[in-house]
Amino acid sequence: MKPVGRLEPAVILAVMGRELANFRTFWKSTVFTSTFEPVVYLLAFGLGLGSTLVADVDGIDYVQFVGTGLVATAVVFSSALPAMFGTFVKERFQRTYDAILAAPVDVEELVTAEMIWIALKSAAFGCFPLIVTMLFGLDPKPTMLLVPVFSFVTALAFGAFGITMAGLVTKIDQFNYVTTLVITPLFLVAGTFFPIDQLPHGFQIAAQFNPLYQLVELVRGACFGLDPIDLLRFTGLLALALVMWRVAIRRMTRRLVI
Amino acid sequence: MPAIELHGLTKSFGPINAVDGLDLVVDEGICLGLLGPNGAGKSTTMKMLTGQAIPDSGEIRVLGFELPREAKNARAYMGVVPQLDNLDIDVTVEENLAVFARLYRVEDVGAAVDRTLEIARLTDRRKDAVDKLSGGMRRRLLLARGLVHEPKLLLLDEPTVGLDPQIRTELWSLIDGLRSRGTTILMSTHYIEEAERLADEVAVVASGKVIARGTPSELITQHAGRRTAEVYGPPDRLTEVRGEVEAAGFRVRAAGPAIAIVGAETAPPGLIPEEAIHRAGSLEDVFVMLTGEEAE
Repeated sequence: MKPVGRLEPAVILAVMGRELANFRTFWKSTVFTSTFEPVVYLLAFGLGLGSTLVADVDGIDYVQFVGTGLVATAVVFSSALPAMFGTFVKERFQRTYDAILAAPVDVEELVTAEMIWIALKSAAFGCFPLIVTMLFGLDPKPTMLLVPVFSFVTALAFGAFGITMAGLVTKIDQFNYVTTLVITPLFLVAGTFFPIDQLPHGFQIAAQFNPLYQLVELVRGACFGLDPIDLLRFTGLLALALVMWRVAIRRMTRRLVI
Repeated sequence: MPAIELHGLTKSFGPINAVDGLDLVVDEGICLGLLGPNGAGKSTTMKMLTGQAIPDSGEIRVLGFELPREAKNARAYMGVVPQLDNLDIDVTVEENLAVFARLYRVEDVGAAVDRTLEIARLTDRRKDAVDKLSGGMRRRLLLARGLVHEPKLLLLDEPTVGLDPQIRTELWSLIDGLRSRGTTILMSTHYIEEAERLADEVAVVASGKVIARGTPSELITQHAGRRTAEVYGPPDRLTEVRGEVEAAGFRVRAAGPAIAIVGAETAPPGLIPEEAIHRAGSLEDVFVMLTGEEAE
């Protein structure tokens, strides 16, 4: 056997292969939830509010406004939450990471593989709201092919965030603080259901630092027309993913190597 | 070259010294039993051997690699069977093995899975999800997973803890087979019978250090003597006998409802009561005399 190196693709693929083997046993329920939820949101907000209170936002049909915004919702809920709970359960209860780290795999490879796996799933789940919105009249465009790329990078950042949180908490109940204090506020001020220019000025500035808002803007750009500033948004998300990747590795190393 | 060399190893968790100056050398091709009570530092030592715990001080060399710096390289040649079942229970038996064959960079994954299924006698259950297996089968699968890359060194951390006697015997025969094929094995256990049955040499561990080392017969000769006399009777009688025997310089330990007088072959006539039952000295005598813990 040749000497082992850092971040070996074969090892990262092997860790992802373990995830895939497990995912095959429960994919139906996950896909059902990921498809059904955007339909419910679209019916409740898009058709409900759209038919009674709001016809359009900046010339975009309200159903399509919400539908494109729901991509970000799907991405955060299919990346940050599974990363938090999945990582904690595998580390604490199933002892899966003890088994993996007894093989020639290090924490850097383990975290990287988990992040990529989560981001791939999220990129796929992020497409579901878009497909559902097409049923409500959204016209397909070639630039929409960028949506999974935007979703993937954002999910890398949120996946790494979730893994970091799993490496910080000592009890699974403590995730309630994370969802209430971080995920929900980010979700609500992402411009999914209403444009952020209707918020007070301070919130508008804060929203610029909200990665979900940046994703919402990128997805709407891909659907209704990209701006040069979208390159900056994408670069920002990429930088966040890189920083969170290193933070997650550092945190999980402290948790897993005693 | 020894398979494992540990020198002056220490590891603390807050005020607790889990490993406290442990020295141990394990030669290639032997099965060494790390025998000690719960909390003696066996599992922490095992974790340091895989680089999953970093020592506070001391030196570790495993298969020529210096740990923790080269832990990943060392792990490529090591198999680890953990104390707790951490199999993927919804996934099939063969997929569990295939995942680990890939993690160990095995070239022919299919052949490795077939070979280890054979060793674990699980070939006919290869397509079953793990949660459909009995407790004994799951333990055999855990062992097979640790062998999927044909390791030079196998670490067994309490391999039969919590298992019923029949499953324990099954696993012992599997481990015995590995030992006879020349795989170096380091096995932590707190079961005397397990150490006696499987280990070529036993290192008795207490309070984070090795307090005695040798073959089971050497340890018995050195620390317990050839014969042990067990005396049964009411508590008052046992207290009286114990006092007399200890006053004569002999060591005595509690043995359930009896007291056991070790090294009884050298006792002067009349010291040991006639009703005493004489038996050969055992590793259990050694363990209890050295650690002060009740044997399991």
